Amino acid sequence: MREARSWILDTRCLILKGMMNSTNRSTHVVVIGAGPGGYPAAFHAADLGLNVMLIDEEVHPGGVCLYRGCIPSKALLHVARVMNDNDEAEQMGVTFAKPKVDIDKMRSWKNSVIQRMTQGLGQLSKIRNVQSIQGRARFADAHHLIVDQGGKEEKISFEYAIIATGSHPTQIPNLPYDSGLILDSASALEIETIPEKLLVIGGGYIGLELGSVYAALGSNVSVVEMLPRLLPGADKDLVTILAKRLKNKFEQIMLETRVAEIKKEKGQLNVKFEGKNGAESEITFDKVLVSVGRKPNAEKLGLENTNIKTDSKGFIPVDLQRRTHEPHIFAIGDVAGEPMLAHKATHEGIVAAEAISGEKTVFEPQAIPAVVFTDPEIAWVGITEAEAKEQELDVKIAKFPWAASGRATTLERNDGLTKLIVDRKTERILGVAITGVSAGDMIAEGALAIEMGANVTDLKLTIHPHPTLSETIMETAEVFFGSSPHFYQKK
Amino acid sequence: MKDNSIEFKIPELGENITEGDVVKVLVSVGEPIHVDQALLELETGKAAVEIPSEINGTIKEVLIKDGDKVKVGQIVIKLETHQKEEPAVPPTDTQEKDSPPKNRTSDTPKIKEALPTPPSPNPSATDTTSRSHVPVRAAPSVRKFAREIGVNISEVTSSDGRITVNNVKAYAKQRLTQEPLASTNTGIPSPSIPDFSKWGKVGKESISTIRKITARHMAMCWSTIPHVTQHDKADITDLEKIRKHFKQKAEDAGGKLTPTAILTKIVAAALKAFPTFNASIDVQKNEVIYKKYCHIGVAVDIPKGLLVPVIRDVDKKNIIELSVELSRLAEETRKNTISPDKLQGGCFTISNIGGIGGTHFTPIVNFPEVAILGVGQATHEPVYIDGNFEPRLIMPLSLSYDHRLIDGANGARFLRWIVKAINEPLLLALEG
Repeated sequence: MREARSWILDTRCLILKGMMNSTNRSTHVVVIGAGPGGYPAAFHAADLGLNVMLIDEEVHPGGVCLYRGCIPSKALLHVARVMNDNDEAEQMGVTFAKPKVDIDKMRSWKNSVIQRMTQGLGQLSKIRNVQSIQGRARFADAHHLIVDQGGKEEKISFEYAIIATGSHPTQIPNLPYDSGLILDSASALEIETIPEKLLVIGGGYIGLELGSVYAALGSNVSVVEMLPRLLPGADKDLVTILAKRLKNKFEQIMLETRVAEIKKEKGQLNVKFEGKNGAESEITFDKVLVSVGRKPNAEKLGLENTNIKTDSKGFIPVDLQRRTHEPHIFAIGDVAGEPMLAHKATHEGIVAAEAISGEKTVFEPQAIPAVVFTDPEIAWVGITEAEAKEQELDVKIAKFPWAASGRATTLERNDGLTKLIVDRKTERILGVAITGVSAGDMIAEGALAIEMGANVTDLKLTIHPHPTLSETIMETAEVFFGSSPHFYQKK
Repeated sequence: MKDNSIEFKIPELGENITEGDVVKVLVSVGEPIHVDQALLELETGKAAVEIPSEINGTIKEVLIKDGDKVKVGQIVIKLETHQKEEPAVPPTDTQEKDSPPKNRTSDTPKIKEALPTPPSPNPSATDTTSRSHVPVRAAPSVRKFAREIGVNISEVTSSDGRITVNNVKAYAKQRLTQEPLASTNTGIPSPSIPDFSKWGKVGKESISTIRKITARHMAMCWSTIPHVTQHDKADITDLEKIRKHFKQKAEDAGGKLTPTAILTKIVAAALKAFPTFNASIDVQKNEVIYKKYCHIGVAVDIPKGLLVPVIRDVDKKNIIELSVELSRLAEETRKNTISPDKLQGGCFTISNIGGIGGTHFTPIVNFPEVAILGVGQATHEPVYIDGNFEPRLIMPLSLSYDHRLIDGANGARFLRWIVKAINEPLLLALEG
């Protein structure tokens, strides 16, 4: 241990020398990208006693998730929730004055949330002796990176690298981006203005979450989706409940419709739609938010100077340990494949760090939960009902509508559903899906059930606290056996 | 409606072969396949074979996975035929009986060609959220434990289906007591290798299945058998004269009268004179097994590795017959048409590197055999005979043997016997 420490000190001396002479630094592990995949990878590698360097364009760790994604959107969705709750308090006998929105104050509050979290990560990085470099890295060859630090380039040599460069919003070609009226998820979170009329292109989770924020802040939000339904990855019965509420919050939801053309006219955007049977229409919006998916950031990384080749979708192929075609270079998170979720990236980052330190480890989750933070939330884990049908699995589905939940009634939020997808033969839990307030927090129980190989009886016999929404999971298990106290089924 | 689904069973692989390990399933559900297309790669003893399809069709269900043990006759794949009416396997009616029997090699599986594969690892960006089957019922901590001690969790069973750490331990214990000798684990972990690309350009290639099997087998032989190698020299001047004299006779019979062919006969005679060399040790039962038959393996060098085809009952065949059989076996081995059972059952191995050059070397005993004879290149050497140096053709011989069973004196005697039989070819007829 003492030897290791003195080696670290030596390295630090070298680093100091390096800075003075602007010669090159070297490290055992370099992590490219400090998002929710990269920073846990770097921290864990450091905790395992490795010499670690973390490269990111921002000054602190956090990545898209903290700076321009999960965290700011959840902060703003909380604002939307507070405003909605105030509206709904009226029927409970409490009437608030109409909310007054100070957009600048809201933005700086949101930014303070980001700042508190990213600064905290910066400190956690420092106390672990992770060397942070602010810059943009590309591979010179399989053992060297060139880091552009604002025009000044430095060559870094490494034994192991972890690529954690994430993803960026997919752009639709030929839109008038120079109009300044077209938003992506990053710029939408800046809430520069609250447009009177906002069009959201794409009925996926990002579009619906951000659409909900703007709707709560007063925008008339329209959503356009090419497919016949919203949130194509989630089961239909979950989405129906959300769609019903969104119908009241949004101006309109156009399904099986595509945007044919957008033109800037008199400081607004004129959008031409093409409907199911070629029906065309034209509507004018103040702003348009493009949220049609994300693409991996594998370009401009200098991968051509290594043996790493991306697949047809632009992802970096990896094995179970997240090793690329170069066995000493790992790739994790969005850049290494679907699902593009922060918690998947974090887990992969830990696996990669452990693999580098020589542990026998692989990325082998039985299930990765997914959450849509709309109101109500939608969350699912494991197999979906649609997937079970497609794979012709012999499953039995049990559902518990939240109309029968006492806790949901006290919240005046009976718009919910809890569902179990169960292997008929073994009664193993294969999937859990929930629509309703706090579904995202509750889905963790489903993930644990699947990972532990629980069967329906395990869920049924586990006492859940009353009165909580979590009881719906236990009651769904009771529905499976035909007898739930609050949901009568005819025999 | 007629059900046109066909169950594909592991075909007869050869004599005495009842099971094998699935190295790789080469097809997946929904994949269209054609006659003779390889469905899976199977490892039996020392050989890897590809099992071909007998029909044109589509894969409906794959019932096995990589690493599974399968038995001959076991249903492993379900297929759907393209031709609805035509049965996949022609019925054995009277007409069929009249037709000449099918050439055996055409339906026995072919030795797999070692194809260079892209550099390891084999990464692919996959969506891990959805699974097409009910996953292993084991908690993440149990799966981690199994992985760390090298147990494939999908092979572990328990009474109620839920796998615990104790189930994994019990499985590992059972495996360890089951196959003590088959394991190549010497207890010494393979050290990780440095990254050579730091010092210069390197090329990479995956290890072929044949090479993997060879590596495992050799490591096991070398680490479990205490080897002694005895060197000697044989004067083949007279033998060479005889060989040249009868060469044409062998050629007329369709063989090649090589020194190796003659050596098989000499070794067979030596095995008769020294029964401990035609034996195996059963460590578990504390027994020595003496073989009353005499099958001799001859190492054949082919591009993808080393294979040892076996000549049966060498003691009952004359040298011309042996030269014909050896030529044919070597040819089949090189052409990959040899059936796996011809690579098994040897009592003793001869490895002749004389064609390439070199003198003595230290061959590795081919378990479960107890000795191996290495043959070097014969060269002219001056030999002191009756007061004069005469040029004689001298062949270097190296005998490695299992010192657990064979003592040094016996080793020397055995090799001396062979040398004398070569020096004086008549000895063979007298004592052999």
